[in-house]
Amino acid sequence: MSSRLVPTERDATGRGGRPLRITVDGVPADGIAGQTLAGLLLASGRSSWRQAPSGAPRGVFCGIGVCFDCLVTVNGEPDVRACRRRAVDGDEVTTGSRAVPRPTDGPESGTGEGQ
Amino acid sequence: MPAARRVAVVGAGPAGLSAAQAALAAGARVTVIDAAEEPGGQYHRTVPAAYAPRRPGHLQHGWRAFEHRRRRVLAHPRCTWLPQTSVWALERPRPGQEGPPRLHLLCSGPADGAGRPRRTLDVDALVLAVGAHDRVLPFPGWELPGVCTAGAAQALAKGERVAVGQRVVVAGSGPFLLPVAASLLDAGSQVREVLEANTAATTARGWGRRPWELAAQAGKAAELAAHAAALARHRVPYRTGRAVVEARGDGRVEEVVTARLRADWSVLEGTRRTVAVDAVCVSHGFSPQLELPLAAGCALGERAEPGSDTAGTRASGPSGSRGAPDAFVRVDERQRTSVPGVFAAGEITGIAGAAAARAEGAVAGWSAATGGSAPRDPGTRRALRALRRSRDQGRAFAGRLARAHPIGAAWPGWLRPQTVVCRCEETDYGSLCAAFATEAGAAPRVAKLNTRAGLGPCQGRICGPTVAELRRRLAGDAPDRPAEGLPAADPHRRPLAQPIRLGELAAPSAPLTGPGHRPEEESSS
Ligand SMILES: Cc1cc2nc3c(=O)[nH]c(=O)nc-3n(C[C@H](O)[C@H](O)[C@H](O)COP(=O)(O)OP(=O)(O)OC[C@H]3O[C@@H](n4cnc5c(N)ncnc54)[C@H](O)[C@@H]3O)c2cc1C
Ligand code: FES
Repeated sequence: MSSRLVPTERDATGRGGRPLRITVDGVPADGIAGQTLAGLLLASGRSSWRQAPSGAPRGVFCGIGVCFDCLVTVNGEPDVRACRRRAVDGDEVTTGSRAVPRPTDGPESGTGEGQ
Repeated sequence: MPAARRVAVVGAGPAGLSAAQAALAAGARVTVIDAAEEPGGQYHRTVPAAYAPRRPGHLQHGWRAFEHRRRRVLAHPRCTWLPQTSVWALERPRPGQEGPPRLHLLCSGPADGAGRPRRTLDVDALVLAVGAHDRVLPFPGWELPGVCTAGAAQALAKGERVAVGQRVVVAGSGPFLLPVAASLLDAGSQVREVLEANTAATTARGWGRRPWELAAQAGKAAELAAHAAALARHRVPYRTGRAVVEARGDGRVEEVVTARLRADWSVLEGTRRTVAVDAVCVSHGFSPQLELPLAAGCALGERAEPGSDTAGTRASGPSGSRGAPDAFVRVDERQRTSVPGVFAAGEITGIAGAAAARAEGAVAGWSAATGGSAPRDPGTRRALRALRRSRDQGRAFAGRLARAHPIGAAWPGWLRPQTVVCRCEETDYGSLCAAFATEAGAAPRVAKLNTRAGLGPCQGRICGPTVAELRRRLAGDAPDRPAEGLPAADPHRRPLAQPIRLGELAAPSAPLTGPGHRPEEESSS
């Protein structure tokens, strides 16, 4: 566990925060309204959620929508930049891979972008 | 009375917001467009309204003035504010037609959402104020999760109160490392050290020459002093002449290797140290977002020193180490670009920080609203002179910044053949060297197709400047041979400035309607 949300009682912005819940590949993850998907994923202890063509893990790099490392599928919409999209209660996030699937890999979950 | 001029401002950061304010003051009807939900850009990034913050100005410098400007602009009866709206393309006028390009917008929808309505907007003048993003030089392991840009750490800490790590090293070059370290400390991270790659001698020479220029940027100096004090309070070492030269870890960063550097950024052997981290935040400077300026046809160039008659763009580093002129949008005294009716302001014309961006924005907004004609009443003339003066001070500051924090020529010494250079396609340094070594491969377009560098989802936004620099060094200035009559490759040229979905592209587009832009006025040109 390394990245995290500043605890409410320590947060000098004096924020409130309405809780929300999304699922990531079917697993529930909790966050607060206003978080981006990237912020929520990081704060829930994930550091990566996508794979480069070699299968290497990727998460947030630029944080502002430039590098496209953080792409996820949201409610069936592929190629959403997690660092730019605000989380909505009930969002179903699917992580993806640009890796070429090997025969044993099962169904292709790749986003297919840029191919 | 002549009809008010219609001005579109793209980007609501310090430059764009101030351009909008000046254009409104000069009597124009203004449409302000930003992909974000709130104005402020990178500098005034705040927590979202949904966080219900009691102190939204926490971590913000110049917050009161910004709040005031934001309210004045957004509430103005001649202003139309389009949040969550991306300009995805600019369409140049057909030959023989006048005026700035037509804007193509994807309106009011969640980022990368499907089915956002497509709109077009025609105006008399266009102000581009789209800002910059971090430039990060590659090093072994920089693709590991947990390695991110300093801007990402800043955006997450300031914008949503997420600390990217518990034990963090902040490294690279430039004064931006200080606010990032301060935000991380505020968010509860332990900042193990802040590493400025340039030696103390280089930064002192850059900042120390012509100290009177610094006095004009007193606000900036005070801001940096506050960050330095935060570092001191937390006993965070700030080291010069040291860099992160490698990141290591299994599936994510677990440690970084740092090393002492010479002035040219070559590694002093025997000085390597390992530091345990769970995040490392890196920035070696900023790259301007040039998609829209290039789509409009704006000429680029190096920034000249203020006072020279080709004011605009920036002074390159002293060592000439950047390989080639940094590309920024070239503007004149009035912030006009080379394209009639198109103005530019802020970091796309040179990296100088928020205060300079504001001053440039004000000049650009005024020029856009008046068509560049000199004001008649003495009060306005005086105000405009003061704005230009503060803009020139900002440019002087930019020159000094570039001299104090150049990129050292020997940085590729950090790379190994297997080091990833293009993050998207995972093209490594070895393949690029091999491609550039052959004469045919030296043409950018050919090398790009062979190595795939720059062909991934980010379209070369991250690796473009690096690949171009490596190519210049390894292949010399081999001319590009346009393939099949295509224009020469340009690392910043992209047909789409922002992603758009096929469904959105297929849906019909309509002229924008609204208080500032009635359709009957749109179509009458
Ligand atoms: C991630 C990041 C964080 C930073 N944080 C700080 C900081 O804390 N302190 C500091 O001193 N400096 C910071 N900087 C440096 C910063 O660039 C300048 O200080 C300042 O914000 C520049 O102002 P600007 O108006 O030129 O551009 P920006 O502030 O970058 O504003 C540009 C705006 O244009 C919008 N935009 C861009 N393209 C489009 C498009 N196609 N369609 C619609 N809208 C578009 C963007 O959403 C953005 O809001 C940061 C830079 C980055 C990249
Ligand atoms: S982290 Fe770079 S696009 Fe999201």
